[in-house]
Amino acid sequence: MGDEMDEELQGLKAELSKHGIFTTTFEEMYNWGRKNSVWPLTFGLACCAIEMIATTMARYDLARFGAEVFRASPRQADLIIVSGTVTKKMAPQVVRLYNQMPEPKYVIAMGACAISGGPFRDGYNVLRGIDRYIPVDVHIPGCPPRPEALIDAFMMLQKKIAAQSLTGEDRPRHLREDAPSEFVVPKEGEHGLEPPQNAEVWNPLRVIQE
Amino acid sequence: MTEPEAKTGEIRAAAAPPVTAPPEPVSAEQVKSVLEAGVPGCQVELVVNGNPSAQHSLRIDPAHARASAEFLRSHSELKLDYCSNVTGVDWPVAGSPATPGNPGYLEAVYHLYSMEKKLGPVIVRMRTGNRTDDVQLPSLTPVWRSAEFQEREIFDLYGIVFVGHPDLRRLLMWEGFVDHPMRKDYVPPPEDDPMPQFHGKPPAAPAQSANPGTGEKG
Repeated sequence: MGDEMDEELQGLKAELSKHGIFTTTFEEMYNWGRKNSVWPLTFGLACCAIEMIATTMARYDLARFGAEVFRASPRQADLIIVSGTVTKKMAPQVVRLYNQMPEPKYVIAMGACAISGGPFRDGYNVLRGIDRYIPVDVHIPGCPPRPEALIDAFMMLQKKIAAQSLTGEDRPRHLREDAPSEFVVPKEGEHGLEPPQNAEVWNPLRVIQE
Repeated sequence: MTEPEAKTGEIRAAAAPPVTAPPEPVSAEQVKSVLEAGVPGCQVELVVNGNPSAQHSLRIDPAHARASAEFLRSHSELKLDYCSNVTGVDWPVAGSPATPGNPGYLEAVYHLYSMEKKLGPVIVRMRTGNRTDDVQLPSLTPVWRSAEFQEREIFDLYGIVFVGHPDLRRLLMWEGFVDHPMRKDYVPPPEDDPMPQFHGKPPAAPAQSANPGTGEKG
């Protein structure tokens, strides 16, 4: 029933646009505005940050997607691009910055290190992926990923925002009262971070060996 | 026509940058004899490097290390005024083959050069008594200021305590961390790791009771 109605509405919309009448829904307008003004946080960790900077410069020009203003304060930022190796000493600060961002907020984990620890995975001070502590929207592999890859990830995030429905069970987190907006900041323990991961956030695919 | 050509040739030769020669190597044996003569009571052992580089080093007893360092720094012909590198070495069991009952030791290695005399490197090392409770060595930061952070790093990663260091804190790890990660017997805390390990090791077991909600959904 709903699908038929949707189809009918889409048909009506197309027909009206032929006559110069533009129609839209509140949801589309809301998401259109959100997805075209995602302001990233000025925040870089390692060599990936250099690629991130290159992406914002004239040659790749992330401004085309509405993300030209890198904000120097988490209070004004919508997106944190975790660009580089997260050391265990840095991880609490990354989570704290994320917690200080207002909703709606998004995370891109950029590069092999940010998604898994990368080549430094077995290092004594390397976090094996920032998704152990904060919810990541888009993972980009690469070492470092090229600016095109970051732009692709950014467009993927935009598509994700545009596809969100504002009501119903699968509405985004910032519209749910029960969903957490802040996550546990890990503590520097005697042998490593405590807890080593946040089970509320981190739910990886498991390799089952038989 | 020949005259101006010769002139330009001269000018070019004069404008060519001076060739910078690498620092001249110093014989470790010579430094050893100089040290033994200059610092009374100092025990110096020549540690031979059998590799083609043949960069032999001098092991100085910690009790005379500070005096030896000041002597090397101010010696009129050596003038070792620049400490380019300090590093630590962990010897879990001293010597080879392993000798039972030997607790092993830690070493601090200093690479010294002379900017003024263009000499170097002179490699000086010190050894701790063992790896557990006798890990003090004299700090050479008062002699070479560039050793400050590197001695802190060795303190952090190897656990050598440098007596006389002006600001001995951990450098890379946080305060409250108790291990020394660069020691050979360091075991990192177990991590919940869903990825297959290299070299055919099976994936680590999921974290135990700490995070029961992690779930086996894969």
